[in-house]
Amino acid sequence: MNQGVFFLQNLFNALMLGGLYALIAVGYTMVYGILRLINFAHGDIMMMGVYFAFYTAVIFSAPPLVAAIVAVAGAAGLGFLIDRIAYKPLRNAPRISALITAIGMSFFLESFAVVAFGAVPKPFIQIFKDKTILNKVVMLGGARIPLLTFLVILLTLVIFAVLFLIVYKTKIGMAMRAISMDIPTTALMGINVDGVIGFTFALGSALAAASGIMWAMRYPNVYPYMGFMPGMKAFIAAVVGGIGSIPGAVVGGLLLGFIEIFMVSYFPTMSGYRDAFAFIILILILMFKPSGILGKKSVEKV
Amino acid sequence: MSEEIVLQLENLHVYYGAIHAIKGINVKVPRGKIITLIGANGAGKTTTLSTIAGLVKAKTGKVVFEGRDITNKPAHIVNRMGIALVPEGRRIFPGLTVYENLMMGAYNRKDKDGIERDLEWIFQLFPRLKERIKQLGGTLSGGEQQMLAISRALMSRPKLLMMDEPSLGLAPILVDEVFEVIKKINEEGTTILLVEQNALGALKISHYGYVLETGSIVLEGPSNELLENDMVRKAYLGVA
Ligand SMILES: Nc1ncnc2c1ncn2[C@@H]1O[C@H](COP(=O)(O)OP(=O)(O)OP(=O)(O)O)[C@@H](O)[C@H]1O
Ligand SMILES: [Mg+2]
Repeated sequence: MNQGVFFLQNLFNALMLGGLYALIAVGYTMVYGILRLINFAHGDIMMMGVYFAFYTAVIFSAPPLVAAIVAVAGAAGLGFLIDRIAYKPLRNAPRISALITAIGMSFFLESFAVVAFGAVPKPFIQIFKDKTILNKVVMLGGARIPLLTFLVILLTLVIFAVLFLIVYKTKIGMAMRAISMDIPTTALMGINVDGVIGFTFALGSALAAASGIMWAMRYPNVYPYMGFMPGMKAFIAAVVGGIGSIPGAVVGGLLLGFIEIFMVSYFPTMSGYRDAFAFIILILILMFKPSGILGKKSVEKV
Repeated sequence: MSEEIVLQLENLHVYYGAIHAIKGINVKVPRGKIITLIGANGAGKTTTLSTIAGLVKAKTGKVVFEGRDITNKPAHIVNRMGIALVPEGRRIFPGLTVYENLMMGAYNRKDKDGIERDLEWIFQLFPRLKERIKQLGGTLSGGEQQMLAISRALMSRPKLLMMDEPSLGLAPILVDEVFEVIKKINEEGTTILLVEQNALGALKISHYGYVLETGSIVLEGPSNELLENDMVRKAYLGVA
């Protein structure tokens, strides 16, 4: 295989993986921007979203697209509920209480999934009746790019376009940004702050579920702990990009995706350390620019 | 002829933990008037406004607005009922543009035409804001931020406008301008509850005043009488 083709294939893989990290990272960063809370359950909400899609498709034999939409909506509802039940009562409590609650919520969702869905990994591709779509490839400059990779990248772009429209061009997006600056003054404007926070959780959770579903088509198993590693890396992506900054989450996610894919491809002997790269980048960023690439304020220690 | 009372505080007590910040005050704000609350640092002026606005909870006593008990209602509900607060220190949203800050004030309004008309009115009051409409709030000067904070509150078309030390930190020439604007806003029909340390400026434009000292009202009366009062002149107007 020549160098150009090899590069092209890796480029698309990196865009896909980075985009998926970025989709999850946005949820961490939006919640942090508003509540200064790291929602450790975020990766597990992604996992729940994948199960929702899986069971909607398997039990109700829904077409994959319908299953995905149901799952994204379900995850949004779950994110909203988690905020209402677990975090909202702690709004005025010391920040550490909410943080510990978030860790507890993560354990709860994982254990719940083990009990309710079983610990044995399930093949996600079961949701496709016509599995040939998974094997289709597109030839591009001599490179064979799976059609699925194209679709995932395209869909990620569309989702981000919608997200940026919501955050920067709608009223509720303006309220989200205002809350991240000054909660009491936002309330003085007649805005139901808890409602906007709930919406933010729902939005972040929907994006995580969308990412998880695309993830599971590519890395095709569903299991209760599947949210842990992507969640961890997306969290690192958010910190690297500058936690609290949505463009930062995109930059951080892409950076992590690129480094992971290119390190493994060009230095195959290091592929065993695949998951370690993210942590190395995290340590480097915390050493040299703790506020992250696009972050302004100094990041508080957790 | 009895005047209509828009807002009434009845024997209001507010605590911060063990600190008794407001000790049973009674205040009446009649419709169409400017009522002022003057007092030194730490007297409880901000606490009084925050309690009305729903940011701080009262322990006992009542806040009655247009005949309805609104004591301890959440801030966003109080605002939707028609009370707007220009908070102490302006509290502009620094990362939102001037236009977005104004739209935050109009958040719950659906009347597009009315919003347009009020924008025009505000640009007449503060022509400088119009030139800076696309600028981020955080890049405005202190005086411009104060104008924006007042305008933002006006954009909700409040029945009662509360202002917490709008003259604080402004150059003397701007202080006069701000008091002039407050008078103008009132003459165009908005009832105002004004908190000030600048007693002279506040008493000059207001109809009635209350003097607050360490959480209690020690004196009240028509503003022109307070301006002549010995105790007020000594303590607040710097006249021997
Ligand atoms: N969040 C708070 N926690 C504890 N005590 C507070 C708090 N806010 C105000 N206080 C206390 O309550 C009292 C009244 O404060 P308040 O801010 O209402 O005074 P003020 O009249 O607005 O003063 P200034 O003119 O300095 O703004 C003060 O003794 C103050 O120390
Ligand atoms: Mg004050």
